[in-house]
Amino acid sequence: MPENCIYIARSSTIAARALAGEMMIMNSADSTFFTLNEVATAIFQAADGRTPLREIVRDRICEQFDVDPEQAQADAEQFVTELSGHGILLVSNQPLAPEAPR
Amino acid sequence: MMAAARKVACVEIGGIPIALSTCDDGFLDLLRRRYDGFLSASRPEFELEFDLTRPLPVSDDDVRVRREGDEWLLERGDFRARWNLRTGRGSVRQNANPYSLDSVLRILHSLIVAGRGGFLLHAASAICRAPSASFGASFNGRAYLFSGVSGAGKTTMTRLAPPDITLLTDEISYLRPGPDGYSAFGTPFAGELAKAGENCTAPVAALFFLEQGPVNRVDELSPTEAVRRLMRNILFFAEDQALVEMLLATACDFVARVPIRRLTFYPDARVWDLVRDFDPSFDRKFEPALDRNLDRAFAHNLQEVPKRA
Repeated sequence: MPENCIYIARSSTIAARALAGEMMIMNSADSTFFTLNEVATAIFQAADGRTPLREIVRDRICEQFDVDPEQAQADAEQFVTELSGHGILLVSNQPLAPEAPR
Repeated sequence: MMAAARKVACVEIGGIPIALSTCDDGFLDLLRRRYDGFLSASRPEFELEFDLTRPLPVSDDDVRVRREGDEWLLERGDFRARWNLRTGRGSVRQNANPYSLDSVLRILHSLIVAGRGGFLLHAASAICRAPSASFGASFNGRAYLFSGVSGAGKTTMTRLAPPDITLLTDEISYLRPGPDGYSAFGTPFAGELAKAGENCTAPVAALFFLEQGPVNRVDELSPTEAVRRLMRNILFFAEDQALVEMLLATACDFVARVPIRRLTFYPDARVWDLVRDFDPSFDRKFEPALDRNLDRAFAHNLQEVPKRA
């Protein structure tokens, strides 16, 4: 497994709804509310715990949006780190099992 | 020794009658006076038994609401309540303070109405009766909601209201869905005006998020901004994933069905002309604005949603 292989999964403590092309996410644990734009939404929706982040960026972002691949990967990692800090995403260097809703 | 008989007052807020019972005559009298316009002869859907404790100051602590199996537990420094979802019955230990009583009822209603697709909102609301071409006055009143953070102008809007409007509340609006949209109900929960709303209901014409400014104007809000502001002002207390899921779905539905605007207003009575003239025709289109050349690929923002009892 490559050293920088990152797997991401959505936390079970959140509620999420898509509206007008944006994803709205609320964390029930601390009542923080996020809105994600279209690109960030694509990452969030692909966060199944099994697909490596690099593959998500390649297939869901670079294929569909006009972004530089290296820049997209760097932005994705920063985005993932920030959302994991708020308990929205779970991050691991191994595949993640989906969390059962609480 | 025989236990003292419980006396009951049925209080119906938002169309949901709840039997409140106590052994204390003084507290029963307080209940009846405080919810005078909301006493009901309807068959109660829920029951809440009050047992009084020694006087305690109203607490500034955060309220804690959590679920244990079928029971909701509501706790703050000045009250402790349990309410069973399955049986619809519960008990409260609090002192005879009316503010504690209001808090318990607000939390209980927020839990009950969430399961029915409704919510309580930090908002003033009032019914305007639009002029009718045939009779000079119409009986088809529509409710207008005015929401915002503390100090945004909820009470000011109600103070500036013309005499022919019906005040539903200056503080906490009660909203429930129906086949043709949402309806607003009057509540006894008063803010600075210190006056209970009228116990009546009307379909919601619009929700305005208030800001004070030098001129009166109405501006569009994007759907996500409307949801963000709505979630910030909905009363909910429980750290419960299912409840948050339900409220977010309700907020999205409300935004899709009700016109929501930002109302910047100069605090004089002319702002009500703008409200009366507001065109409620509503054609929100949830088409995503595609922008495939973003400066920063993963733009997003974050806000805290405060909990207030």
